[in-house]
Amino acid sequence: MPDPGLAAMVSGTMTTQPGQTAAVACHGLAKRYGSVIAVNGLDLEVRRGECFGLLGPNGAGKTTTVEILEGLTKPDAGVVEVLGERWGQGDDRALRDRLGIQLQETRFYDKYSVRETIQLFRSFYRRGPTPDEVIRRVQLEEKRDAWVVKLSGGQKQRLSVACALVNDPDLLFLDEPTTGLDPQSRRQLWELIDDYRSGGGTILLTTHYMDEAERLCDRVAIVDHGRVIALGTPAELIATLGIEHVVEFSLDGGGSLEQPALEALPSVRRVRRETTGWALHVEAAHVAVPALLAAVESGGTGLASLTTHHATLEDLFVHLTGRTLRD
Amino acid sequence: MEIARALEHNALWQLTRARTMGFLREPEAVFWVFVFPILLALALGIAFRTQKPQPLPVGVAAGTTAAVREALATAAELRVVPLASDAEAERALRNGTIVALVHGEAGASRVVYDPTRQENQLARMLIEDTLQRAAGREDPARIEAITRTQRGTRYIDFLLPGLIGMNLLGTGMWGVGFPIATARQQKLLKRYMATPMRRGEYLLSFLFARLLWLLLEVAALCLFGRLVFGIGMNGSWPAFISVVLAGALSFSALGLLVVSRAKTIEAVSGLMNVAMLPMWLLSGTFFASSRFPQVVQPFVQALPLTAVNNSLRALMNDGLGFAAVTPSLALLAAWGLVSFVVALRIFRWE
Repeated sequence: MPDPGLAAMVSGTMTTQPGQTAAVACHGLAKRYGSVIAVNGLDLEVRRGECFGLLGPNGAGKTTTVEILEGLTKPDAGVVEVLGERWGQGDDRALRDRLGIQLQETRFYDKYSVRETIQLFRSFYRRGPTPDEVIRRVQLEEKRDAWVVKLSGGQKQRLSVACALVNDPDLLFLDEPTTGLDPQSRRQLWELIDDYRSGGGTILLTTHYMDEAERLCDRVAIVDHGRVIALGTPAELIATLGIEHVVEFSLDGGGSLEQPALEALPSVRRVRRETTGWALHVEAAHVAVPALLAAVESGGTGLASLTTHHATLEDLFVHLTGRTLRD
Repeated sequence: MEIARALEHNALWQLTRARTMGFLREPEAVFWVFVFPILLALALGIAFRTQKPQPLPVGVAAGTTAAVREALATAAELRVVPLASDAEAERALRNGTIVALVHGEAGASRVVYDPTRQENQLARMLIEDTLQRAAGREDPARIEAITRTQRGTRYIDFLLPGLIGMNLLGTGMWGVGFPIATARQQKLLKRYMATPMRRGEYLLSFLFARLLWLLLEVAALCLFGRLVFGIGMNGSWPAFISVVLAGALSFSALGLLVVSRAKTIEAVSGLMNVAMLPMWLLSGTFFASSRFPQVVQPFVQALPLTAVNNSLRALMNDGLGFAAVTPSLALLAAWGLVSFVVALRIFRWE
């Protein structure tokens, strides 16, 4: 039964052009493992050509969600459409032929070379670039004939992405592509993702790095306890906090500042106790910070630390859940 | 060039290649499959090589007359060991440096021996004969002895087919079980499931890779047997090849069954041992399985390795043909087919 209304059901803000289905749409997704609820009524819509991020802490249900969308895990409930097809109701192999999938923690054969590994994966697909072309795109030319076991973490991750690109996929799934990588390797991977996007591809990626989501994603869904708790562009989401800056400080010495005193400071919207100090959500740092310094001075105490930063998705997550992403 | 390009894009070829390279690039695997059985054959072949029978050591107790001692010394099959005291005689009997002990004088001797050992019984009979003749016994019948050494009756002749069988079992089961368990544990199997790869081609690649090593490992053992110990094939080559193929496929299917559900390599190792241990013990690799009591024989004979070992011996040693191994081939086919079908039904792809 055709169901063109699914995408409309899923998203409140329908901007998909008429006649074109969403790249990914799911509605009411649920999955439990024993007594653990991994996904709890999750709705999503990924538009064609966008980079969509699932942002959330470890254990939020991101991987389970993605594996359901990839057709690797059966949901207990819910509807999934990928490139207009549903798993198990048509030609799954033909659908797989159009997808690029990178999983967390895949270990390839240790004693197989980069080129051999890519060649192997290339042979599963009908169409796609040559293995050497894929190697060039992921900048592994120097490691072309090296065994997988000899690669660094970042190189292994690029190989993993390379294996997802061997068929020039219409839709690319990346599950925590940069977790555990050093900053340089992360940047290399980001460039690789930019390169794929510039060719018109659609990406669904998961991450628990807010900076990665802000850097890569057109839209982000923040996931917690198996549900979407916020959805929008990174800028829109941050704007919902209604603040520009976050000021974090901790005190040194005998005196103290009480929460009401901090809330009364000009431009401060919210005050939150942190493990070793306080975080202030402020509209304008140049107004709030001098007032804070004066309050510290008159309270007869000193500052152990003081930092300010632009509000981020992390701040939004903390505001929404009371926890940090890395908890 | 055209063929090479077609193979580059053929999934079954690529999977088989990955399988084969994965094996050849593991020096340990190559050692266990090719070198170990040959070393084993060499060591056991030398240890149990055919030797001229040595004279049996027979103790002569203190106080025994010189006549008895001299009579025993005339027998070529016996070696006289004089013993100074009773204590020394007891000790020699106990630790086996003598197989029988003679007391007394001509006309009234005693032989002490352990009747549960064939060697000792033989010694007793030789002592009896020797002393009776020395005392003047005349043998009424003449029996002429003609000696002839038979081919194919040495221990190494018995051992080599058993080693081929054991190797088929080991490589067949591990060659399938280990890589699949590893792929499952390292999430590679799941990654394959995310591609349009056909599951059948994945399993088939193990079969093809297996046949390639099979050829090499059996050829290596046969060639070694021929060059070093002069062991030939007395029976039918086509029957031999059929048994080897049926055995290899059957053991691979068993390996697939063992690995079909197991989540970790440790679990697979345990299950492998459970499956293989009875066959190592009972299927007659190092000694004939007919030594086990009648009660367990139906079980012993139903094991696939017993069928392989018995068939290979019937062909290589006894020089029999297809007809002799047909029941074994049927048994192997049944094992293979049932294991494969069950394995496919319960296989865990994720």
